[in-house]
Amino acid sequence: MSDPEATASSGQAEQQPRLGFFTDTSVCIGCKACEVACKEWNHVPEDGLLLTGMSYDNSVGLGADTWRHVAFIEQRRPARTVLAENGPAGTGDGGEFRWLMSSDVCKHCTHAACLDVCPTGALFRTEFGTVVVQEDVCNGCGYCIPACPYGVIDQRKDDGRAWKCTMCYDRLGAGLEPACAKACPTESIQFGPLDELRERAAGRLADLHEAGVSDARLYGADPGDGVGGDGAFFLLLDEPEVYGLPPDPVVTTRDLPSIWRHAAAAAAMLAAGAAAAFAASGRRR
Amino acid sequence: MAECHPVGFQWVMEAKARGAKIVHIDPRFTRTSALADLHVPLRAGTDIAFLGGIVHYVLSQEKYFREYVLNYTNAATILTQDYADTEDLDGVFAGLDTEHRVYDYRAWQYEGMEVQAASGERDLAYDDRPGDAGASVRQAARGEAHGSGGADVGTGTPRRDETLTHPRCVFQVLKHHFARYTPELVEQVCGVPADVFGRVCELLTENSGRDRTSALVYSVGWTQHTVGVQYVRTASILQTLLGNIGRPGGGILALRGHASIQGSTDIPTLFDLLPGYIPMPHAHSSEDLESFVQAESVRSGFWANMRAYTVSLLKAWWGEAATAETDFCFDYLPRLTGSHSTYETVLAQLAGDCKGYFLLGENPAVGSANGRMQRLAMANLDWLVVRDFSLIESATWWLDGPEIESGELRTEDIRTEVFFMPAAAHTEKSGSFTNTQRMLQWHHTAVEPAGDARSELWFTYHLGRKIREKLGRGPGSADEMNRPVLDLTWDYPTSGRTAEPDSEAVLAEINGWDADGKPLSAYTQLAGDGSTACGCWIYCGCYADGVNQAARRKPGREQSWVAPEWGWAWPANRRVLYNRASADPDGKPWSERKALIWWDQDTGSWTGHDIPDFVPDRAPSYRPPDDATGVDAISGIDPFIMQADGKAWLFAPAGLTDGPLPTHYEPQDSPFRNLLYGQQRNPVRQVTVFRNKHNRLQPSGDEPGSDVFPYVTTTYRLTEHHTAGGMSRFLPYLSELQPEFFCEVSPQLAAERGLEHLGWATIVSARAAIEARVLVTERIRPLTVQGRTLHQVGLPYHWGSNGCTTGDSANDLTALSLDPNVHIQEVKAFACDIRPGRRPRGPARLELVRQYQARAGITDQTGMGL
Amino acid sequence: MSVRTWIESWPAYRQLTTADRTGRGPAAKSAATARLTPRIATADQVVKSVCPYCAVGCGQNVYVSNDRVTQIEGDPDSPVSRGRLCPKGSASLQLTTGDARLHRVLYRSPGGTRWESLDLETAMDMIADRVIEARRQGWQWDVDGVRTRRTLGFASLGGATLDNEENYLIKKLFTALGAIQVENQARI
Repeated sequence: MSDPEATASSGQAEQQPRLGFFTDTSVCIGCKACEVACKEWNHVPEDGLLLTGMSYDNSVGLGADTWRHVAFIEQRRPARTVLAENGPAGTGDGGEFRWLMSSDVCKHCTHAACLDVCPTGALFRTEFGTVVVQEDVCNGCGYCIPACPYGVIDQRKDDGRAWKCTMCYDRLGAGLEPACAKACPTESIQFGPLDELRERAAGRLADLHEAGVSDARLYGADPGDGVGGDGAFFLLLDEPEVYGLPPDPVVTTRDLPSIWRHAAAAAAMLAAGAAAAFAASGRRR
Repeated sequence: MAECHPVGFQWVMEAKARGAKIVHIDPRFTRTSALADLHVPLRAGTDIAFLGGIVHYVLSQEKYFREYVLNYTNAATILTQDYADTEDLDGVFAGLDTEHRVYDYRAWQYEGMEVQAASGERDLAYDDRPGDAGASVRQAARGEAHGSGGADVGTGTPRRDETLTHPRCVFQVLKHHFARYTPELVEQVCGVPADVFGRVCELLTENSGRDRTSALVYSVGWTQHTVGVQYVRTASILQTLLGNIGRPGGGILALRGHASIQGSTDIPTLFDLLPGYIPMPHAHSSEDLESFVQAESVRSGFWANMRAYTVSLLKAWWGEAATAETDFCFDYLPRLTGSHSTYETVLAQLAGDCKGYFLLGENPAVGSANGRMQRLAMANLDWLVVRDFSLIESATWWLDGPEIESGELRTEDIRTEVFFMPAAAHTEKSGSFTNTQRMLQWHHTAVEPAGDARSELWFTYHLGRKIREKLGRGPGSADEMNRPVLDLTWDYPTSGRTAEPDSEAVLAEINGWDADGKPLSAYTQLAGDGSTACGCWIYCGCYADGVNQAARRKPGREQSWVAPEWGWAWPANRRVLYNRASADPDGKPWSERKALIWWDQDTGSWTGHDIPDFVPDRAPSYRPPDDATGVDAISGIDPFIMQADGKAWLFAPAGLTDGPLPTHYEPQDSPFRNLLYGQQRNPVRQVTVFRNKHNRLQPSGDEPGSDVFPYVTTTYRLTEHHTAGGMSRFLPYLSELQPEFFCEVSPQLAAERGLEHLGWATIVSARAAIEARVLVTERIRPLTVQGRTLHQVGLPYHWGSNGCTTGDSANDLTALSLDPNVHIQEVKAFACDIRPGRRPRGPARLELVRQYQARAGITDQTGMGL
Repeated sequence: MSVRTWIESWPAYRQLTTADRTGRGPAAKSAATARLTPRIATADQVVKSVCPYCAVGCGQNVYVSNDRVTQIEGDPDSPVSRGRLCPKGSASLQLTTGDARLHRVLYRSPGGTRWESLDLETAMDMIADRVIEARRQGWQWDVDGVRTRRTLGFASLGGATLDNEENYLIKKLFTALGAIQVENQARI
């Protein structure tokens, strides 16, 4: 049995190219259209009216009620003459000032720990290689929440169930793009087959490097990283930590595959009784 | 632009990806700055000095597009000897009447032109007629009347000097006028270091010329000043000198902030205009249609056909009653006596003259200047009708407004009747919006509005129907006062559960029809004899062939980059105005790269990517005979066909109330003196009429007490909210993104005044004290102005007391002091103080303002001087 | 539901009988998930519209099911916006269908301390009466001996968020009534 990764490997009946997001933060204007479009499409509730003082970021981070989150980073760095023309603007006393913006989202990991630990089958790998939590199955056990190396998936307080970005699974099924990518005014959020996006991202990175933006780097694009690469990856203009992203995320269930194999066999033996119990507890309250 | 028009900004990002350079000039560092190649913070209220500095650079470094300037502008035209510049008169122009605070524009004329009674700023020349109150005309807003073309210049042939060396030719006058605007002066006035300023000059001029064009983009950051029109004039001079007008990738783009704010100017709900920029008539003794047309129309260009436009409008409104015998019901039009802008209306309400008020999707309690005065005026009304989606502040000030909290007003004592009428949304009605590019786009009804919600079309139509029924019964029907209402054509078909009027029938009337009722296809078909009816001449053609042209939706990807089959742009579906200027005098594109339209010798007509904004078969070689008038007087090298002389005006000999050239003046309330001249402020700004205890002004510059308000404030929008908040603060999805009113200050100002990040601050002007949460941010940078450090305070103006997110209103701080051309208030730059902590509650709030007024020595004379 | 269908619906059954032996792919897919269809794909009609916020004029597609607006998205056909919307445009669904909208007429009487309900037809009649009265009170046949034929009795503010056709009727009616204090946001 192969490792149950993304793409078509997890037993998909129909072979589909793996779909994903490439979020190019170098063209993000921080408008938050992605946040609102996501909420409108997915009926995600308002997430609290809190002035955080974290620049223009008042959604704080990804959570049960925020599936796209735009981070704003006001930053002063040593002046670099090479950027005077081509890089972000704002040279002044004490170095270059810049305002970084980045729209974060569930990474739809190749090795998704949330999926690994879900005991109910609420989380599953879709035919598009994305990771989706099913609201009619989730029983609110919360195992997935500490499992996520990015702190993405979250429990909704008044509901108990776990929620996160589905990459608009319902839309993908009809050949539509996710709501956030559709709204994005500057194509900072790009959606499509992951292979194509990785290629495009490499090209964009090369262009930026050539233009002297030497700090530009890709994040989550490497299939060799601790989560096997992300289905939603980024072009960043600084270290991941600056954006609140873990520098070296590792799937928290690295040792689980062997455990799973035993569990699968056990599950088969337990058969009907257990399955029925899960189904019952997963019903919407 | 990224901040307030994010989807429009996609095109800027696309240009940037193709190598364009983006320069952002703004007091604050916004989301636009974050993506720009260069952000240039400057002192709010100093853009004329900044742009004037670039004009100086272009002229002194000879960076202008000489062939364009020589042929397409009035650079070569020689001015009358009467003209005296600000350089000669310490900051004012010739013709200033200091007693009445108005200019006599006749001192700004072209030499060799005879100024007739019917010239000048059109109706302005009524001054000369005995018995008429000419000042009334001068005080009225006339700037919008030039929304589709310029003012008249009289008759005759102006003298020209093609060498541009005559000391009184416009080009030399321009050089002389802007000679002071050196990089050093820009640095002193604007707080922009000379090297940064120099970089802007280089970027702009390197990217302008035959092969390249640059665009300037602005919003109300340029217009909401006592010299707002002159801000835009400075930009016009600059772009004209660089040859950036009428060409692809060029222009001066006004990014307007409401879905149909362009449409509401074209088909104006504005006091001084009739549809299509025909001026509302002023009161004159025994004036008839003919004398109105004579006074208002110009001799050459398309405005010469004003009789046709006016008669067709009167026919659209009064139908069969409008005949030659009845002078086409011209007498039915009410007459102006001076300015009746929304701010004078506030005074009329306070005085008890104006007793009823309709608010149709507008929230002046938050969005208009001096919010306190707005609310106090509404408290003096007999009745108020508020049509909106939710209970905005302008609907509830009597219950929970700031003046109730302060004890100034008591709910039980307020006699105003208030009707809240729920409005239909854009999805619940059909109609057209005119976007910021003059393009009409139709939106279709998706569902009927629920409950009592109705469109304005429904409300206005049925209100009119009821009023006509009531006035038509009994003796009132014979009352001469009621004839204009009863004779009105008001018979639109209705349908559906709510009896919604047919909006396409209204569009058809706007478009117009001929004597047989056949839809017109172009304004050139309009006649002055009553055989055509047309509700708005510049929109004529939007319903050509009986087809709703605004509803055209051929996908953009299936069209050329001009996309002429998406919607319909006035006039005549032209997408770039004055596009004749995209070709050289011989009719060839200045460069292939920048080709838009060109002369086709074989067919003897203009052709190209866009619809030519020119007489279609007028050869570049055509020169009009001396006695030509109207369209015949447009020469083959006159691209600016709505201008009386066909030329772009570097110098405006008429049409402006505050000078033929822009001059930097300090804002009404400024901590600095004017470094350029002894004249501190725009001498003809509209201010004295607003002398009122609720509208106290502040000492400026070197005046004693000026230091009580040492900082400069600017107000603005955020991406997440919309204007006065009626369409954003009530939505959870937008409110959570910007959940509280805040002020933005630099770390240096925070240290100076003890302000804490996320703490509270109280901001005080001579009008009010408001509180806001504090965001300490490096995005606001202290500037060095006139040798001292200047701190600026940034205030988004979206908030009020209702909705999901509430807060004080920034506009409570602002004053009524207006641009004299268009009567727009100065809210983008004024002086304030800021202090840590929350503002006082109850009567103590007003007391704090009184203390500030006393400390600054403020009286009813302060800030009122010339 | 037949016994067979019921058994087939068990995740464990699907896990054993399909290629998804770890139960993290299709085997875990619930019936509800399998039935998911985007509401825009099943809409009764797609109505072409324009964003009501700023003046860029972005194209919108309004999706309607059972006479209710279920979704508003950017119109990819628009050469202005190419299908994109900003946060405000993206919030158009909440703007038009959200709880904040009121759908009944409210009335506050002189000196009143609260809102009262009022029938729409009655409100329209009352407003018409008040316009007629204010118009008459503020009427000026002439000012300083010069004919003006107008009223200062009532004023109007608003129009920049409205349709051209609406502004046209407002200007036409109010001008015929002799009102001159007719203004909108374009002044401000």
